[in-house]
Amino acid sequence: MKSRYDVIVVGAGPGGSITAKTCAEAGLEVLLIEKRQEIGDPVRCAEGLGKEGLIRHIQPDKRWIAAEVKGSKILAPDGTEIKMSEEASSGKAGYNLDRKVFDRALAQKAAMAGSEVMVKTRATGLLRKNGHISGINAMYMGENHEINADIVIGADGVESKIGRWGGIDTCLKPADINTCTQFLVSNIDAGEYNKFFMGEKYAPGGYLWLFPKGEHMANVGLGIIGSKCGNVRPISLLHKFMDSYMPQGKIIEIVVGGVPVCGPIERTVADNLILVGDAARQSDPLTGGGIINAMDAGKIAGEVCIRAKEEEDYSVKTLREYEDRWRATIGKELSKSLMVKNLLIKITDEQLNQLAHSLSGIDTSKMALPKVLPILFKKNPKLLWELRSLFM
Amino acid sequence: MSVNVNRYKCGYCGACVGVCPAGALELVETWIEVEDTCTRCGVCAKICPVGALAVIK
Repeated sequence: MKSRYDVIVVGAGPGGSITAKTCAEAGLEVLLIEKRQEIGDPVRCAEGLGKEGLIRHIQPDKRWIAAEVKGSKILAPDGTEIKMSEEASSGKAGYNLDRKVFDRALAQKAAMAGSEVMVKTRATGLLRKNGHISGINAMYMGENHEINADIVIGADGVESKIGRWGGIDTCLKPADINTCTQFLVSNIDAGEYNKFFMGEKYAPGGYLWLFPKGEHMANVGLGIIGSKCGNVRPISLLHKFMDSYMPQGKIIEIVVGGVPVCGPIERTVADNLILVGDAARQSDPLTGGGIINAMDAGKIAGEVCIRAKEEEDYSVKTLREYEDRWRATIGKELSKSLMVKNLLIKITDEQLNQLAHSLSGIDTSKMALPKVLPILFKKNPKLLWELRSLFM
Repeated sequence: MSVNVNRYKCGYCGACVGVCPAGALELVETWIEVEDTCTRCGVCAKICPVGALAVIK
């Protein structure tokens, strides 16, 4: 470890590793730190993503792909099934990853590009010089270190501290977070589709998912919106589901976590500071998906760091390009998803059934959600009226 | 300390850290540390996926 870098990236998830890799490839001096002693572990993710987004960043590798899926099946509370697919041509729309291996592979890419990497190293505060952020305090193996940098990247996930220390309010209210539990279940028929079970009985204000992870195995989990959980724990609801729907299933891993579902926050940059991924609350409020958004944002953040270095200006004046670019792309999608989510948490199971029935006779199997939504709106204008600005 | 963390239940996911309005929680390796800025608001206990947190009254 040196005492000074161009960029310090805090958190070696997909967002952090892509930021570090992008900067290092351009010759910047980069330090990537991870507070865990193992990158990628413990997993806090349902591990599903679309093919198209993934290949923007990394070539698919069978070492970290647990399963390929044909698409998604949305199940209404009464069991009505809606089949959808992101990419119709290949017949394979998405991957379910092995995040423990995937995250490590991305960190490896950052390392090979020239980044220094430190694990078991936790940021404990920000350094300041003349009022500006000038690096981090970090603890490695119980020892404190001061590490200087022109830019600090907070890619420190749902529990992000970097943003708060830098004066950005990232605190999530109960309505802004889905509290989740997932089991890796063995001894089941996982099928070829990612399944989403909708309805109060499964997951109030969220959904229950089943994502295949290879033969006879799947991530089975659920998320409840924090404002609706009352005294119900996701883990209890999931045990209940297992008992009724897959009593033969054997739980070989427990995963827990919180997913930000607040949509775009007010600010993700400050002088000498950029937030990326879950730390910037860039996960999708509707699906909870965050891997691709984090990687896309990481790429932008890296490019903006390169430009800041060229111009030797690390203030918001230069860094706001990051803000502008991610809001114009990821941000727009987040806002749309937020509108749909806000509606979905209000409607009843009966209304969900009605929505599913309205698609009967329509073949959605080669459409993705953005194509299905306008059809739903056309068929159910009254119920979905508050989404009208998305379609009109 | 004003929040009690049941270490035997906690899945060290950090969800509680993300919702703490006072920034009083920190996830270190496999445990949660509670600072004395905790206001006992109870949001952390409410959203914990496994019910590992309890406010000490």
